[in-house]
Order: sequence, then C-alpha cells, then structure tokens
Amino acid sequence: MPVKELVEYIAKSLVDNPSAVEVKGIEGEKSLMLELRVAPDDMGKVIGKQGKIAKAIRTLTKASAAKEGVRVSVEIMRED
Amino acid sequence: MELRTIERKGKTVDEAIKSALDELGCDIEDVKVEIVEEPSKGLLGLGKKPAVVRISIRQTPEQETRMVLEDLLNKMKIDYVINSVEFEAGRVRINITGKDMGLLIGRKGETLNAVQFILSLIVNRDRAEKIHITLDVEDYRKKKEESLEALALRLSEKVKKTRKNVVMRPMTSQERRIVHTALQTDTQVTTYSLGDEPNRKVVISLKK
Repeated sequence: MPVKELVEYIAKSLVDNPSAVEVKGIEGEKSLMLELRVAPDDMGKVIGKQGKIAKAIRTLTKASAAKEGVRVSVEIMRED
Repeated sequence: MELRTIERKGKTVDEAIKSALDELGCDIEDVKVEIVEEPSKGLLGLGKKPAVVRISIRQTPEQETRMVLEDLLNKMKIDYVINSVEFEAGRVRINITGKDMGLLIGRKGETLNAVQFILSLIVNRDRAEKIHITLDVEDYRKKKEESLEALALRLSEKVKKTRKNVVMRPMTSQERRIVHTALQTDTQVTTYSLGDEPNRKVVISLKK
C-alpha cells in the first residue's frame, strides 16, 4: 500500500517521536481507510492550527491514491 | 532532517578529518567538524589513543529542499522532473514538470499548495531561521501571479475612478502578499487585509 507509506513518511517527518507513529490500513473494495496514531504530545504536529496540517496530509494522500483509482480517507486517532 | 554523519580515527586530528573528507568526497567548507577525542601519545607506548572526529555534511537550503521534495513525490508515486532549484533572499524556488502535473496541481492548485506546505514544514522542522519555499509546476504559479498582479492593477484603477473600496475574494497569504506588493508603490491607493483565515481578504482603498 503505497499511500500507507506516504502517510507514515509524512507523519514521521513531522513529529518529535517518530517511533510512536503507526498507520493501520483497513481495506474496502475500492476504498481504503488509514488510521494514523502518533504520541499524544505529537497530535498538534499532525493536526496543526485549525486542522491545516491534517487537511494537507489528506489532500496529498487523496491525490496519490487517485492515481491508482483508490478512494482513501485518513483518520487521526486519539488514544483515550 | 537527517544529515549524513561519519566518524573517523587518525593519528592526528588533521589526518582523521582528511580520511573522513575522502570518504564523503567533499571539501572542508561543506562539512561540520566535531572533535570527539584529541589524540594522546601516551607514555612509553602505553595509553596511546587516536584522534576521533565526527564529520557531518552541511546541506544548503536548495539541497535539503530538493531532497525532501524528492522523497515526498517518490512516496506519492508522482512522475516528475526537477527543472530548477534557486535560493535567493531566504526563499527557495523549485520548478518541476512531468506527466502527473495535472494531478499534482489539483483543483485550483489545492494539491500543489498542500505539497508546498508539507514540504516547508519538514524542511523547517529543526531550522532556527525559517526558509520560505515556493513550489511551482511548469510556471503555473508564475502565470497565476502575473494574472493576479494584473487584476490588482485593474481594481486599483476602479478604486481611483469610483473612489470606493474594493474587497477582493478570500486569498491565501501568498496571494495577498502579491497584491500588496503590486500596489505598494502606488501613490493613490493603499491595501490592507481583513478577516480571519481562511477567509482573509485584501481591501484596496484610496489613500487619505
């Protein structure tokens, strides 16, 4: 799953704690859901002011997945 | 940003540095030298220790931006060629071309802006002095900049004629900067921004 690697790469490049980055892919027939988990202190690094970073990550992922005709969604998971 | 770093030993510090530079194939100006251990001759052949140096390659803003962009576009599986990378006055400008450029630009440049934004975040992550990055595709931005400048000039004429303010559509900070700059030297009108992101707009009004 190349888009999974893409999300992993971006997240790891942005956070302070790259080893805590985890991306899980849940595949549907023509869609893919990616669950992104980062260390609690790094949440802001992947979300950004008014979700600006999260939005950019989704835009990149969608463009990349569109090449392969896959619909993708990225969810940033909050650990409780 | 991960820099390439190696450690080398030598009889003297100079020798250790030279062996490291030979291996990396670069000049002393391109690297940062850290002396990990000074050599020690020891006493009567006892306790003799070599010099240890740590050498890391210092990357220019152009090199670093190019490297991160390549990583990012490769991971996105985008077909691209880098045409030019320029660095001037704290701003790196990269121009690329290739088969997938329509996809990379996206609707109204949305994807291109997102790539530029993420690229800039990664490059500036550990930088004290931030560098601005402009990512352009086949002069897409340049053409847009020119048409935005032309629009700003037309609207300024309208303001002068009607003596009423003109409020432009919401624009990104980069687009607003282009309008402000375009009308900066105009003696009859002034510009300012109004509202909050992402709905911040430029107002063109008569100078009082």
